[in-house]
Amino acid sequence: MNPNNYLVLAGILFTIGAFGVLVRRNAIIVFMSVEMMLNAANLAFVAASHITGTLDGQVAAFFVMVVAAAEVVVGLAIIVVIFRTRRSASIDEASLLKY
Amino acid sequence: MTGEVVIFWVTAIFSVIGAVGLVISRKAVHSALWVAFTMINLAVLYFSLGGAFLGTTQIVVYTGAVMMLFLFVLMIVGVDSSDSLIETIKGQRLVGTILAFAFGALLTSAITTTGFSAAAGVAVANDANGGNIEGLAQLIFGRYLLAFEVTSALLITAALGAMVLAHNERWTPRKTQAQLQRERTLAGHPTPLPSPGVLALHNSVDTPALLPDGSPSQESLPRIFKSVEQSDDSTNNEVTS
Amino acid sequence: MISALIGLPLFGAALLLLGGRRTNAWGHYFAVAMSSSAFVVGVTQFIALLGKPAEERHIHQHLFDWISVGSFNVPFGLHLDQLSVVFVLLITGVGSLIHVYSIGYMAHDENRRRFFGYLNLFVAAMLLLVLADNYLLLYVGWEGVGLASYLLISFYQHKPSAAVAGKKAFVVNRVGDVGLSVAIMLMFVTFKDVTFSGVSEHAQHASGQSLTLIGLALLLAACGKSAQFPLQSWLLDAMEGPTPVSALIHAATMVTAGVYLIVRAHAIFDLSETARTAVVVIGAITLLLGAFIGTAKDDIKKGLAGSTMSQIGYMILAAGLGPVGYVFAIFHLLTHGMFKAGLFLGAGSVMHGMEDDVNMRNYGALRGAMKITYITFGLGFLAIIGIPPFAGFWSKDEIIHAAFSQNLVVGLATLLGAGVTAFYMTRMMAMTFFGESRWKKGVHPHESPLVMTAPMIILAIGSVFGGLALKFLGDIELWLEPVVGVAAPKDPASNAVLIPVTLTVVLLGAGYGWLKYAKTPVPSVAPENVSLLTRAARADAYGDALNEAVFMRPGQYLTRALVWFDSRAVDGLVGGVGATVGGLSARLRRTQNGLVRSYALTMVGGAVLIALVLLLVRL
Repeated sequence: MNPNNYLVLAGILFTIGAFGVLVRRNAIIVFMSVEMMLNAANLAFVAASHITGTLDGQVAAFFVMVVAAAEVVVGLAIIVVIFRTRRSASIDEASLLKY
Repeated sequence: MTGEVVIFWVTAIFSVIGAVGLVISRKAVHSALWVAFTMINLAVLYFSLGGAFLGTTQIVVYTGAVMMLFLFVLMIVGVDSSDSLIETIKGQRLVGTILAFAFGALLTSAITTTGFSAAAGVAVANDANGGNIEGLAQLIFGRYLLAFEVTSALLITAALGAMVLAHNERWTPRKTQAQLQRERTLAGHPTPLPSPGVLALHNSVDTPALLPDGSPSQESLPRIFKSVEQSDDSTNNEVTS
Repeated sequence: MISALIGLPLFGAALLLLGGRRTNAWGHYFAVAMSSSAFVVGVTQFIALLGKPAEERHIHQHLFDWISVGSFNVPFGLHLDQLSVVFVLLITGVGSLIHVYSIGYMAHDENRRRFFGYLNLFVAAMLLLVLADNYLLLYVGWEGVGLASYLLISFYQHKPSAAVAGKKAFVVNRVGDVGLSVAIMLMFVTFKDVTFSGVSEHAQHASGQSLTLIGLALLLAACGKSAQFPLQSWLLDAMEGPTPVSALIHAATMVTAGVYLIVRAHAIFDLSETARTAVVVIGAITLLLGAFIGTAKDDIKKGLAGSTMSQIGYMILAAGLGPVGYVFAIFHLLTHGMFKAGLFLGAGSVMHGMEDDVNMRNYGALRGAMKITYITFGLGFLAIIGIPPFAGFWSKDEIIHAAFSQNLVVGLATLLGAGVTAFYMTRMMAMTFFGESRWKKGVHPHESPLVMTAPMIILAIGSVFGGLALKFLGDIELWLEPVVGVAAPKDPASNAVLIPVTLTVVLLGAGYGWLKYAKTPVPSVAPENVSLLTRAARADAYGDALNEAVFMRPGQYLTRALVWFDSRAVDGLVGGVGATVGGLSARLRRTQNGLVRSYALTMVGGAVLIALVLLLVRL
């Protein structure tokens, strides 16, 4: 099978994730969309590993997972703090830092 | 039609469905479930691409730990919290859609025109070290040791950061039992408050108990859910005002 | 030893000006001590020079290399020769006398210490000016005396007129100083050297045109410092300063620096006929202009200031005559330094006794009340109008003689100047000491204390015997010959004719003055309906009006036009750019709306753009 298909799938997932970030307002859903984009990138890494026949792509995907975990922890903590102070999980609410 | 092709098309379609479900679900919980679904599909793909370790990690870490964390937070901020899908920023949805499609189209065309005709497969690389996990270990503790150590620092920092962010400083001294008793007596409700969910349609903590006359008792709710009204269809309920 | 000459008064100035109030009690004595020790050092150096043969009478002291850049080398060197030493003696001698005089004159001034500090500073700077061995170092002293002059003219800073006069002197002097700096630059370009010896050496090989340019630039410098036409206007206002300052700086020493400069640069003037002619013309004009102004002034100090301009005009004229005149320029400078300082001190003494009134119309018949002042002033008067055997006669007669030997018109101008000088000095003398008393009520003229009269007496002795001594005892012509060159032998026969003619003219002028101001009563208010010439003379020959019309008004219009251009065009452009940027940013910052999703949209847009570009470049 043409290995490009994996990459195209990754691209589609990435695009859907980006679209979710753009249109959803619930901070948690936005966050999950970001996770989706990271997973798409992971898929591309693993596919690249498959194409080249080396394991380096898989290692990169592994590191992405680690970083994603760290990001999730901090991001969710921020969401909790915002929710605690503003009683809202909408990312449009937290817009004081502007002109 | 080899097994790989079958697996690819099945998981590809499923994962795209999951991704679309994530975006279009109104409720965050549903979104989370769609994400978990997509991730499992991706794990299957990893397995089929010779990444047994990565597939396992995907299930254990992502679908297990990370999605659990998401659900925890969802529980904290209100399980029923959902978006009204009305766009508030002018032109955001239109421009966002156009840009997303343009991006996807560009990406796809770039990939297809660039093109990899054949894949080498990682079987050889896996076997060289006696297996996928051994091969990865060889790389992680060899060539990528420094990056690995740095990620450990990152994780520690992230954990500390989350603790600092979520920590609630106590500004007032803890109330004594006598104080609590006095407050409760003065509040006019010396007996314990009713438990949530008693005699109600649902038995979750965010559903107020029904009093003998059938009216919901706001007192039964934990403080955090005070503003949530009980109704049969709670989809319109919003924590946010 | 030469550096001590400058160092002593400089130390005095530093101590008095930096020492603050602690030195109030003894500062003036210290200043006198510094100045007098400088005089003593000067005398020892003079004696040391006397002990040498004529050709070796110079002492050179190289202190350090001041500027050394590539081929441009300026030493910090001092040079004492026959010319410098007479200046050193004049500056320190007259300077010390005036220091002593000031003890009495400034006795009641609360800023006396500051005054003495400035005086010492002046003496130091003036000594540096005459002792420098190159033009650049001379320039330092030149600016130093300018500074001291400025500080001392505006010494009574609480008086607006004094402050303005100081400023005026400073500004007008800057015009002249530009001439000096241009001259030094030209010298460097032409000769690659700015030392006196180097310039004299190389001048022979330079082109006539550049020599003329340097000469004219030096003349401009001399005009500024010596109050020569057309930069004469500051000197009359400079009389706002304390009288000892007028005597020392604006009569005896600083204003003669221009003469010194021209004589010192004789190597250049010797070779440029054009520059010499310009010097003579300037000298002649100023000589008549100053005398003319002097005839109409009722302010005793301004009258003397006009006289100073006129006398320096004589010196400049003599210096412009070339080798026949240099010696007499210096000769007249020395005698003038003595008798004019004496006259100024006398005027100060009169003012001291008349409650600081300077209007001669309020004087009259003071000869009884101030005997010593009367006698010393009278001796100075006889010296300045040139009655033999007083000092002025010897020097002025030589200048008139030299002028006639060169050019008849110039000679007639000097002769006429001598007559007018006699007239206005007689007028001054008559209005002050003779006639009836026109004292204001409550004014009781009295003789000044000994500390003031003693310097006047010494200077009066100089006015009487200075000329004789310099001519016959010291033979200044022979003394200065190694420095300024050989004076051309004059025709003794013409001198025999000239002396009687000159004396006749002088006596005519003096007699007319006597008739007009001693024999007829002087009105105590200046008459209003007077001739146009008198009006012109009272208005300083319209020097200020001319400056205002020619320089100030156009300058004012130019600045106004520039201000208009600056505020409209330049500020409009700058402000317009600023306003445009400001307006744009005010709109642009609306994009910072705080909504994370908008930022995300921008990022995706950017990603699309980059992907597009990458793809297009590849395909």
